Amino acid sequence: MNASLPPPSAAPLAPTAQIKTTTCYMCACRCGIRVHLVDGKVRYIDGNPEHPLNRGVICAKGSSGIMKQYSPGRLTKPLMRKSDADRGAGEFEEISWERAFEVLAERLAKIRATDPKKFALFTGRDQMQALTGLFARQFGTPNYAAHGGFCSVNMAAGMIYTIGGSFWEFGGPDLDRARLFVMIGTAEDHHSNPLKIAISKFKRRGGRFVSVNPVRTGYSAIADEWVPIRPGTDGAFLLAVMHELVAAGLYDREFLVRYSNAGQLVNVDETSDAFGLLVSEPGQEEPVPDYPRNMLWWDRHTNGPVPTHQEGADPYLFGEFTLAGGTRVKPAFQLLEERLKQYTAEWAEGITGVPAATIRRLAHEMGITARDERIELPIAWTDCWGREHETVTGNPVAFHAMRGLAAHSNGFQTIRALAILMSLLGTIDRPGGFRHKAPFPRAIPPAAKTPKGPQGVQPNTPLGGLALGWPGSPDDLFIDEHGKPVRIDKAFSWEYPLAVHGLMHNVITNAWRGDPYRIDTLLIFMANMAWNSTMNTTEVRKMLNDRDEGGEYRIPFLVVCDAFHSEMSAFADLLLPDTTYLERHDVMSMLDRPISEFDGPVDSVRVPVVPPTGDCKPFQEVLIELGSRLALPAFAHPDGSRKYRDYPDFIVNFETEPGSGIGFLAGWRGKGGEKFMKGEPNPQQWEMYAQNNCVFHLPLPPSYQYMRNWNRGYMEWAQRARIRRYSDPVLVHIYSEVLQRFRLAATGKGGGKGGGREGGKAGAEGVERKPVRRPPEHLRSRIATYFDPLPFYYPPLEVQASDTRKYPLAAVTQRPMAMYHSWDSQNAWLRQIHTHNYLFVNPRTARLQGIEDGDWIWVESQWGKVRCMCRHSEAVEAGTVWTWNAIGKASGAWALAPDANESRKGFLLNHLITEELPVASDGGRISNSDPVTGQAGWYDVRVRISKAAPDEARETWPQFASMRAYPGMAGVRKLWQAYVAAGAMDGSGADRRRRR
Amino acid sequence: MTQLALVIDLNVCVGCQACVTSCKEWNTSGIAGYLSDDRPYDADPTGTFFNRVQTFEVGEYPNTQTVHFPKSCLHCEDPPCVPVCPTGASYKRAEDGIVLVDYDKCIGCKYCSWACPYGVREIDEHQKVMKKCTLCVDRIYDQKLPREERRPACVMACPTNARLFGDIHDPDSAVAVAIRERGGYQLMPEWGTHPANHYLPRRRTEIVIQPDELVRADNPLKVDGKLPKPSLKEPALDDVTSW
Repeated sequence: MNASLPPPSAAPLAPTAQIKTTTCYMCACRCGIRVHLVDGKVRYIDGNPEHPLNRGVICAKGSSGIMKQYSPGRLTKPLMRKSDADRGAGEFEEISWERAFEVLAERLAKIRATDPKKFALFTGRDQMQALTGLFARQFGTPNYAAHGGFCSVNMAAGMIYTIGGSFWEFGGPDLDRARLFVMIGTAEDHHSNPLKIAISKFKRRGGRFVSVNPVRTGYSAIADEWVPIRPGTDGAFLLAVMHELVAAGLYDREFLVRYSNAGQLVNVDETSDAFGLLVSEPGQEEPVPDYPRNMLWWDRHTNGPVPTHQEGADPYLFGEFTLAGGTRVKPAFQLLEERLKQYTAEWAEGITGVPAATIRRLAHEMGITARDERIELPIAWTDCWGREHETVTGNPVAFHAMRGLAAHSNGFQTIRALAILMSLLGTIDRPGGFRHKAPFPRAIPPAAKTPKGPQGVQPNTPLGGLALGWPGSPDDLFIDEHGKPVRIDKAFSWEYPLAVHGLMHNVITNAWRGDPYRIDTLLIFMANMAWNSTMNTTEVRKMLNDRDEGGEYRIPFLVVCDAFHSEMSAFADLLLPDTTYLERHDVMSMLDRPISEFDGPVDSVRVPVVPPTGDCKPFQEVLIELGSRLALPAFAHPDGSRKYRDYPDFIVNFETEPGSGIGFLAGWRGKGGEKFMKGEPNPQQWEMYAQNNCVFHLPLPPSYQYMRNWNRGYMEWAQRARIRRYSDPVLVHIYSEVLQRFRLAATGKGGGKGGGREGGKAGAEGVERKPVRRPPEHLRSRIATYFDPLPFYYPPLEVQASDTRKYPLAAVTQRPMAMYHSWDSQNAWLRQIHTHNYLFVNPRTARLQGIEDGDWIWVESQWGKVRCMCRHSEAVEAGTVWTWNAIGKASGAWALAPDANESRKGFLLNHLITEELPVASDGGRISNSDPVTGQAGWYDVRVRISKAAPDEARETWPQFASMRAYPGMAGVRKLWQAYVAAGAMDGSGADRRRRR
Repeated sequence: MTQLALVIDLNVCVGCQACVTSCKEWNTSGIAGYLSDDRPYDADPTGTFFNRVQTFEVGEYPNTQTVHFPKSCLHCEDPPCVPVCPTGASYKRAEDGIVLVDYDKCIGCKYCSWACPYGVREIDEHQKVMKKCTLCVDRIYDQKLPREERRPACVMACPTNARLFGDIHDPDSAVAVAIRERGGYQLMPEWGTHPANHYLPRRRTEIVIQPDELVRADNPLKVDGKLPKPSLKEPALDDVTSW
């Protein structure tokens, strides 16, 4: 028997000493993990089998957490830019945390006492928006958002404004019961492990998986059918599918009638002030004016108008009728059918590149599967109108979509189309279709609102509303009396009225230009705004460094908090070292984006499993400390003394209002941990989470698990649990009255919220009518065009502004499964999988330009150019080129060698993408974003490719001056290393190379 | 005789690389470790991995297949790496068929990696020994682990459960059933190495729609009068034919 390997029954040589559970943060998925420790060092990390999200599995990133924890790229000391050094030079000196807090508190107190909006707080994918948002609101600044505006806000807004829920954290495909699964434009990192688990089970059950995507990688690789589509044309595809479904009668009429506004009557009298609004029952009081419900159907049996859902009534979905007062009306579905008429499969073929026969066949597959493979579950439930149902039924066609649809400037309307398609098939919150996750479904729109104007921003006062909200009409915009934006990113202004996640991608440009105003301090947490998280990277880097005529930086004070050296960190005036996910307390809160399952609410926590490295401090603690020092009301008593010892103490004891019983965590509330969702603070709450795999899961009774938009039992439970304010049903908005209200304002009609409605108390008696906010002249046609209450297709704004003969190719990016954005180049294992990136080009397209596999090429857009390497790929649509996002790095960044592949062969597509588009009408500029939501149009750029000259350098372009290591960083790079837990980190004591 | 092996289901593998790094993570601190990394933060980083995923494309656009292909030691039943080893370091265990390397005997001559037709052995330039997949021999017999965790790290990690582990000689084992019933195949059987690891092929699910499925009595368009019966006044064959 071999000496160095054990016999079959032997114990391992290095027994695991300790196992601690916590929550992963190698991506945004938030799987449960077990960290196995030996002598305090991480031996290995595996998936927690007891965790509902990942059920024991773990991905490539999660398994590489060790290399993040012990990476030489970590920041370990608070740093201040040397007074004689230029911003961006990376010249820092160590300071104490006390000094850092003094500097920050003094500066911020001054701002708060004078003009709080001069402090802006923007965060990356932080998963702590409940806290960061609270801090900003308490400070009193409107200038707060996370990264959603440049991520997938279209997916959130387009779906939530239609069905009251969305994908990923909010809901998803029920692949346990689906028969047909259609995935459109999904990045490979999204809802990573749960989706992998589900797709695998689905395929093994014999389900059919269709992927509509310009690129065939990852999930699409195992699809039964790959449907290559041109980027930005998904809307045309979806509308043509809907055209076929309606024309063939392959829609779930019963579902649409009862659970959507398809049968509701719309005023089609173009001369009416209420044109395009739903008509309501005359003289009826609306119990909840924000969510009117007294609408009308045209009953087939009595051939006249009746209140919706009247027992025994059944509405016409088609036709045109005249109300007693002479108002002409049509059912919303009739208007949808009229809209869809033009969108034939042949029309869509010309736009999408998908053959008409394929579109038609897929529509038939969806419609027939939904109709003929109906699921019936023996679960009795009662709907919101009191009708009892013996079963829950479902039509087993499921969809999933993400940034591929969202990151286009036509994404909102495309995603509206998707949500309506899902509704036509009758698949909303039903088995085998789409299912919500708590706290969804929410009202349409959700109740949260921003202040309506600058009066909401006052010195030394919390913000008079939320920094981010869900407008229901122009009345909810956050603008001054001239219609100008109050927020630095112009969210909730007429430029981007439904910018529900803000526009982080325009903050630096706007602040630099002083449009709408200059700010003083910009605090960026965990976002690489000087590199992959910004458009127009080269220019934005200059803006960060630019000074005004007086010699002051245009953005006077820049604070960056991050755990790692990065391109952004170099620009900081004050750089605060964050901990890693293994070193801190954290919550995945019901107040933010919890990790709920289809069957009920789930939230979770992180607890420290290893001590902080160096002087690292969790950003959570930084906010609690700052909030206390600034005596913000949520963090300090009226006498100025602090309320909370630290972040864990805050999480246990904070309540949304005194005595509300609602806090950051829903599990183990009440004095002894006996309550959930709502209850007094429990001093042992952290311990109880830690003892229970760091996760709280509350499966609801089966009768509350489906049809939740219209499920009386669920709604009443949700109301009691304070998930929802109202228990009203949430009807699917096939026709969006919210959008129509904006359009009316642009066309000179309408009377504000609900105003102008035909019938109803307000309309009938003319009370409560406020002067309507109108968009400024130059934005009227933009609002009138894009705020269409029915989905429509238009080419993305950038495509409209591009010479597509000169720049014929669409260029897109996606993230690989083994690398999350820019987070992992400092990770010795993951960077071996993705060391540099290529531009993937269809060989036929490449050869037209004489470009062979591996050639150096130029990629040019009308905004910029990059040099990179080409890789031929048969798995990309012929008019599309693509690359992995954020693999390319600046030289020396992330503690890599100046000549590392990431900077010499890796590249960013961002240099080709503009953050602003010219506006022809007034010579101004507007964000390169969706005109409805402000979602960054990452995937709209059009490019051309050409072969690099033989004498050109064999490295990517542009290049930037090499970054250096900062004080407190490792300073040397090992020439080789071998990680052994409880042993030395390397086997190579002497073999080191000093960093430049 | 027991022959432990992996059966890898290409029908569900999405190429996520979880098996690659979970293997590295377990084994670098395990009995077959360490697994070194050269130039970990410099140009052209490289390192020792027991398991790698290769990705390749098959077919021409638009009829393209993208294949993710995880590959590690196949634990051949007749392993060519064993007889070529001059020191007896490379050996196949009688009790479970796992092919291992005894680091104490290995002189790093690389004969075995030349003999292996699958390219799954990796020399460690620092320890100067040949390394490879052990099927996590230091996990699968560990009595301290719960029974369900006595599986290779890659199998535990795999999010799509594409990696099945067991005794392919036991006809009732999940792996033997999978090979038998789902078309399990070996890599390059013509070499006569009898690889123990098998792969399961892609399988395509289609929906066949019969034309009459588009015509139904319960078509909802009828409810709204959108598929009306023709009016009695419309012309008919009856009116114009007289025989």
